[in-house]
Amino acid sequence: MLENKELKMKKIYKLLYTLTILLLPVMAQAQFDGEFIKPRNGKFLLQNATIVTVTNGTIENGSVLIENGKISAVGRNVSPGDAEVIDCSGHYIYPGMFDGGSRLGLVEVGSLAETQDYAEVGSVSPNMQAIVAVNPNSVAIPVTRVSGVTTTLAVPSGGLFPGTAALINLNGYTSDQMYAGFKGVVLNFPSSARRSTWDRRSDEDIKKESETAQKTLNEIWGRAVNYHKLKSAGAELQFYPEMEQLAKVIAGELPLLVEVNAAADIEAAIEWIQSKEVNAILTGVAEGWRVAEKIAEAKLPVVVGPMLSIPTRQSDRFDAAYTNPGKMAKAGVKVVIRTNDAENTRNLPFNAGFAAAYGMGKEEALKAVTINAAEVFGVADKMGSIEEGKDATLFVSTGDPFETKTQIRHVFIDGYRVPMSNRHIKLYQEFLERSPGLEKN
Amino acid sequence: MKKIHILYTGLLMMVCLMAEAQTPKGNVLIKNATVLTVTNGTLENTDVLVENGVIKRIGTNLSASNVETIDASGKYLMPGIIDAHSHVALDAVNEATSPITSEVKMADVVNPYDIGLYRALAGGVTVSHAMHGSANAIGGENITLKHRYGSGNPEDLYMKEAPRTIKFALGENPTRVHGRGNGNQPRTRMGVEAVIRNGFNEAIQYQKAWKAYDEAKKVKGATPIPPKYDTRLQTLADILDGKVIIHCHSYRADEIYALINTCREFGITNIVFSHVNEGFKVAPELAEYTMGASVFADWWAYKFEVYYSTAYNAAILTENGVITSINSDSGELIRHLYHEAGKAQRYGELDDEQTLALITINPAKQLGIAEKVGSIEEGKQADLVIFDEHPLSVYAIPQMTFVDGVKYFDINDDMDDMRLKVSAAETVEPIFLKEHDHKCMHGVDFYFTNFGRNLFDHGH
Repeated sequence: MLENKELKMKKIYKLLYTLTILLLPVMAQAQFDGEFIKPRNGKFLLQNATIVTVTNGTIENGSVLIENGKISAVGRNVSPGDAEVIDCSGHYIYPGMFDGGSRLGLVEVGSLAETQDYAEVGSVSPNMQAIVAVNPNSVAIPVTRVSGVTTTLAVPSGGLFPGTAALINLNGYTSDQMYAGFKGVVLNFPSSARRSTWDRRSDEDIKKESETAQKTLNEIWGRAVNYHKLKSAGAELQFYPEMEQLAKVIAGELPLLVEVNAAADIEAAIEWIQSKEVNAILTGVAEGWRVAEKIAEAKLPVVVGPMLSIPTRQSDRFDAAYTNPGKMAKAGVKVVIRTNDAENTRNLPFNAGFAAAYGMGKEEALKAVTINAAEVFGVADKMGSIEEGKDATLFVSTGDPFETKTQIRHVFIDGYRVPMSNRHIKLYQEFLERSPGLEKN
Repeated sequence: MKKIHILYTGLLMMVCLMAEAQTPKGNVLIKNATVLTVTNGTLENTDVLVENGVIKRIGTNLSASNVETIDASGKYLMPGIIDAHSHVALDAVNEATSPITSEVKMADVVNPYDIGLYRALAGGVTVSHAMHGSANAIGGENITLKHRYGSGNPEDLYMKEAPRTIKFALGENPTRVHGRGNGNQPRTRMGVEAVIRNGFNEAIQYQKAWKAYDEAKKVKGATPIPPKYDTRLQTLADILDGKVIIHCHSYRADEIYALINTCREFGITNIVFSHVNEGFKVAPELAEYTMGASVFADWWAYKFEVYYSTAYNAAILTENGVITSINSDSGELIRHLYHEAGKAQRYGELDDEQTLALITINPAKQLGIAEKVGSIEEGKQADLVIFDEHPLSVYAIPQMTFVDGVKYFDINDDMDDMRLKVSAAETVEPIFLKEHDHKCMHGVDFYFTNFGRNLFDHGH
């Protein structure tokens, strides 16, 4: 009898144990919203959230209705209709964050040349299209988007005119599905600076090289102007894809993204841009704070970053890079923030947080990763804020997304609810309590 | 005449004191702070009294005469941050000429003028472990530094109480340098394991030879010939004797486990794994057999052996009972390790105490200095940082940093140019547009020209 009872108890324990084991993955996954594995389109109502619209203040206890990829209603009293309701009590809704310059998708493993698709051979290749080399299935994309960074500018690099950058949304299986409506031709403006202490060139060589580069730039530009002139006049031209692309800049169809960092070079670039009457955005701008007034006067927007980098000069204050965006914003410059990273583009909100702490303020820093970016990239009619009619590209968080400990709960891109999972999270789920542990049995 | 004599004696005494090379020790009273002790919870509205470089008392309503008093109302006081993997203030990093170079010492190449020291202080870092690079399976001895910025004497920066440590390295870096770069073993992870094992076995032979010599000497009238002294082997023998802590650059779970096994076989328990991106996969083993893991908060995918990483590494390791720290290995990250640690709250939701331990008491344990630093406790060295907000907030800004009770950073007293020395040859100041700040492979980059433009991005 006793044995039987023990056996019974053992069976019950075994059952309980099995149940627990079976339920564990569900419990663990719930935290990461792992009920679905692929992005899901539909009609969603995000209810009872604090909505940080960016352009129209903050709405307490508000709701956002998502339909057909768009935000169809925002406010206090939005009726769900047949929408799937997601309770967001105690949570916040923000527009998706933009990284104004990144290699995300253009490289998979940093050191492996086979996976580096951001730098083509040759110095003048403005016709190289970053959008065609973005890998929609890069492991780093889901790693990035669960942070609330939904949109990045994919930027090619190297040489004088490395190619054409493209704005992408971090959801989609083809380049067309990812494309977010902005392209710009990159120009690495010739630098007159000594690059670092390991730059062993003499002062004279540096000056010479910089002058040669400047001359080359002007020659190429002159050629492009001629090409454009002839083309506009209806001339039959030989196939010249590099000039074809630069002619689009001269015609005003594409802006120039002018990568420039040292103060003297920024001044030279401003002068050059004005003399060529070209539509331009300054990028990098590490020493922008030294010439902030001049940038503001020239009415040129900047894409700056990363903030999490060391000062450009050993004689600079330790926080020169942290304070740079704030100083430029105060001078009246329209500032967008970038990471200039690839796999760690997810650090964009932390770059913005440092900018905010060191003088920019939270509100302005939030603009720098949302509406300012949308405006500078010419997509503010459909992105960059929580407004009716705009694309439903937004996220739900437990708090301020710049704050390190904040958790991001849901992300929507173009109305698609994306899974809050990725390889980093799956490894966490598998290894937090490894089985077998130290002993196999 | 008598007066002159007294004066002379006084002068002589001063000279003697100076010759002893005492590093400065401070006295300070910090009032009304929220004290994050790390080992003893959070104390609100608490005073900390520092005397002669040591935390004398922690309490309320403390007073002291003739001591600078700092009102820290509304501010946070935490222990000085400790970076268990750094290359700050080093003039050279890699002696990449042999798979084993245990004879070299980073203490020989400390540059006290490195502006990186000041920038680290401005980020609240008071102690760093300045390490040999990762080119060799067994590299050189590292040096633990206290950031006493301002002295021109490298020795003033040494943390004299810290035990000896040595750099080991597994995986891609040593196999690239020696195997693929020079055609020598190791070219594979098999080779790395063999190089280390052979090194230990040779050291045992070396120990035996000396033992035999010592025995032979005891015989009356004997004149045995001593074995040839060899610093390389002697250092390895010291590791076997438990006198030196191994800090091993590593990434993949298999190579970590292989070295754990090798160490167990040779009876070595003083080992910390560094970077250890796949440490989370062997967390139970790391917890059981090692002094822990020192990791990046979120770095991954910069090379193939870190492709299968997770930013949840620190959280998984901590929850599995591994002594875990977050390090910089970078002149950039060292400036905001408090933020890097905070990422363990984004990725894995560690609590404040667990998270602060990642950059204080845990790295102190891994460097063998936990009795001296790493928490706010009476009797410990007064390495302290005052923050305006909770240090794990992205908005936190370090306000003051103390080493041995001496204030080395004060945000309200910070001059723009904090260099101690400017080269007379420098007519045009370099502008660091792409800092070569990740130095693990510093000094060996020339082997790998095929890396192209990405060369200086990530070299660890």
